[in-house]
Amino acid sequence: MAMMTSAFPSNGPEMLGGFGMEWLNTEVSTGTTIMATEFDGGVIVGADSRTTTGTYVANRVTDKLTKVTDFIYCCRSGSAADTQAIADIVKYHIEFHRMETGEEPLVNTVANIFKQLCYDNRDQLSAGIIVAGWDKREGGQVYSIPISGMLHRMPFSIGGSGSTYLYGYVDSQYKPKQKKEDALKFVANSVSLAINRDGSSGGIIRLAAISKDGVERFTLTGDQMPKFFEDC
Amino acid sequence: MATSGMFGNGNPGALWTGGPVPGQLHNFPGVQNGATKGSSQRTLNPVVMGSSVLGIQFNGGVVIAADMLGSYGSLSKYRDCPRLLKVNDSTVIGASGDYADFQYLSNVIQQQVIDEECLNDGFGYTPKSLHCWLTRVLYNRRSQFNPLWNTYIVAGLDEDKPYLGYVDKIGMAYEAPSLASGFGAYLALPIIRDALEKKPDMALEDALRLIDRCMKLLFYRDARALNKYQVAVITKAGVDLRGPIVSDTNWEVAHMIKGYE
Amino acid sequence: MSSIGTGYDLSASQFSPDGRVFQVEYAQKAVENSGTAIGIRGKDGVVFGVEKLITSKLYEAGDNKRILNIDRHIGAAVAGLNADARHLVDRARVEASSYRSSYGDAIPLKHLTERVSGYVHAHTLYSSVRPFGVSLIIGSMERDGPQMYLIEPSGVSWGYHGCAIGKAKQNAKTEIEKLKMKDMTIKDLVKEVAKIIYIVHDEVKDKSFELELSWVGDITDNKHVLVPPEVFVEAEKYAKLALEESDDSDDEDL
Repeated sequence: MAMMTSAFPSNGPEMLGGFGMEWLNTEVSTGTTIMATEFDGGVIVGADSRTTTGTYVANRVTDKLTKVTDFIYCCRSGSAADTQAIADIVKYHIEFHRMETGEEPLVNTVANIFKQLCYDNRDQLSAGIIVAGWDKREGGQVYSIPISGMLHRMPFSIGGSGSTYLYGYVDSQYKPKQKKEDALKFVANSVSLAINRDGSSGGIIRLAAISKDGVERFTLTGDQMPKFFEDC
Repeated sequence: MATSGMFGNGNPGALWTGGPVPGQLHNFPGVQNGATKGSSQRTLNPVVMGSSVLGIQFNGGVVIAADMLGSYGSLSKYRDCPRLLKVNDSTVIGASGDYADFQYLSNVIQQQVIDEECLNDGFGYTPKSLHCWLTRVLYNRRSQFNPLWNTYIVAGLDEDKPYLGYVDKIGMAYEAPSLASGFGAYLALPIIRDALEKKPDMALEDALRLIDRCMKLLFYRDARALNKYQVAVITKAGVDLRGPIVSDTNWEVAHMIKGYE
Repeated sequence: MSSIGTGYDLSASQFSPDGRVFQVEYAQKAVENSGTAIGIRGKDGVVFGVEKLITSKLYEAGDNKRILNIDRHIGAAVAGLNADARHLVDRARVEASSYRSSYGDAIPLKHLTERVSGYVHAHTLYSSVRPFGVSLIIGSMERDGPQMYLIEPSGVSWGYHGCAIGKAKQNAKTEIEKLKMKDMTIKDLVKEVAKIIYIVHDEVKDKSFELELSWVGDITDNKHVLVPPEVFVEAEKYAKLALEESDDSDDEDL
């Protein structure tokens, strides 16, 4: 999701005398790059780490990869407050559901709860979410839930303001049934490219690989981040 | 439909609705207590959108087609969105407009089809009854200033006769032997009508050729269309949902163009 | 029953001094007055059979079914008060529908059983309500194979490979126990189910009955449906034949 400044024009720079102090009144927003992809045996999720209010970086080491269950994560983009609230509610419901059914929740089930909340409140929410994880019925799965509250399963999905710069890259580079290491590289490259072109994405790269064995988390900083052409 | 509401977990629920609840005062049916519901609502704005749907009656059935693109503004975000829903063996609907709203209504319809199947009394949706129901739902929603942002085309066989119905987001509805929504209403419908006028008793093959020609035209001239579509053929034999179909395009004219004068 | 309530049977919300809830036991009685219903879980699905007693020749045939659908993939066979049964099945349908709308998936049978038996149990706790005079067997084809549960008026539920409710439940259970149902397909089981219903039917006390048969499994595309007419006819023929043969051998014994 893009910056939220335009959502509240009356609170914009005019009101504050145009001194670049609009961040005082703008919503804290994860103008973001998020991504998830299936690989042979699970999914990879990835994100940058920048959270902004207007153009001020409110948090430069944000964790936008949010755990929902031991095998399911969501990537949050849009309003930080909205997406955190939604994730918390889904976590509550799914924990209850797990106790009721006595089984590890399905990725589809989690995605449906996210969708239901986003759809029912679509007029008041600003949330673009990717749900990804592993279950024993369907293996690794990625679901995209854009702001309107629709739900769509995809082999891979990108989201957030940075994703607009990435469609060409991911469409040309994605391969089905990749090995975990290749899929991690694919996501890291994508997020790195987006960070370099999207002012609202930045910081470091956070990654997670989810498979039948659970979650492995990675944090790529400084030298570990993939480098591409950046001379002009 | 679910009456216990979303996440109505926890308790077994009221023992019976409207009846006495243990440990609580009895509320007589029809008498509302407490504050009335808040009344602030606004129209929604469409986000992920589907473009045209085409429907043509032919001799012995109906064909309905829609491409598989879910557009996010000008971004071709989802390229494998099915916009045709098989309701039962005699009815298919196709949707233009907001894809989330289409998914919502699809779920409602699918649950109602299950409810009907459970009763096992031989009754089910006909295209005509579904079309009528859709007009009520869509009109009702627009009257609450909260429309479902879709145009639906209902296709099927009603008592063995081809049926095609149209209904838009404000509940405006009509039936016709050929229908199109979205850009198709401007670009494809005149061509379809012309073809039907010349050959009113079309065979299935004719209808499918006509659909292909129109979907191709829409791909050329609708900036929110995709060259990948599904077709449903509804005949006495049931519903045959075909696709994704990618038809060949022709760009030969390009070689004759040089400069802009 | 060994004794009557002696004043402790007026409400479901009161125990008797020896720790019983008579209203629940009376509800179980209502089930035992009913025509028999059985369910058998085979290797590829579940089969239901019901002995629907016909108390008057004036009734229209095929009405007041005692095998009902709860969801596409879930069926129920009931015994007891039919109106109560229909209410419970209605409730089960709401649960199934609500689960699908919340979680976008079909309700697991085990979960449905817990929800419905919780509801039944809630009706054994209050003086303002009467327990359900119904036992119901619910079965479905789940992703990891067939499942079947029995819910009793008390609100308890058990998973079964074969179970019987209604007036001839003891005889029916004895018959079911003779089967190796774990190795049988529902195609074979449907005949055995028909046979058991015919065997346990008491011609002397209850004159006429209608046989109801349904199944859910691989061959029905995991949908719960009444068995098609040709299967029904064949199963009924098999049942009648088996009954005649056993009658003949009974005669020889004499």
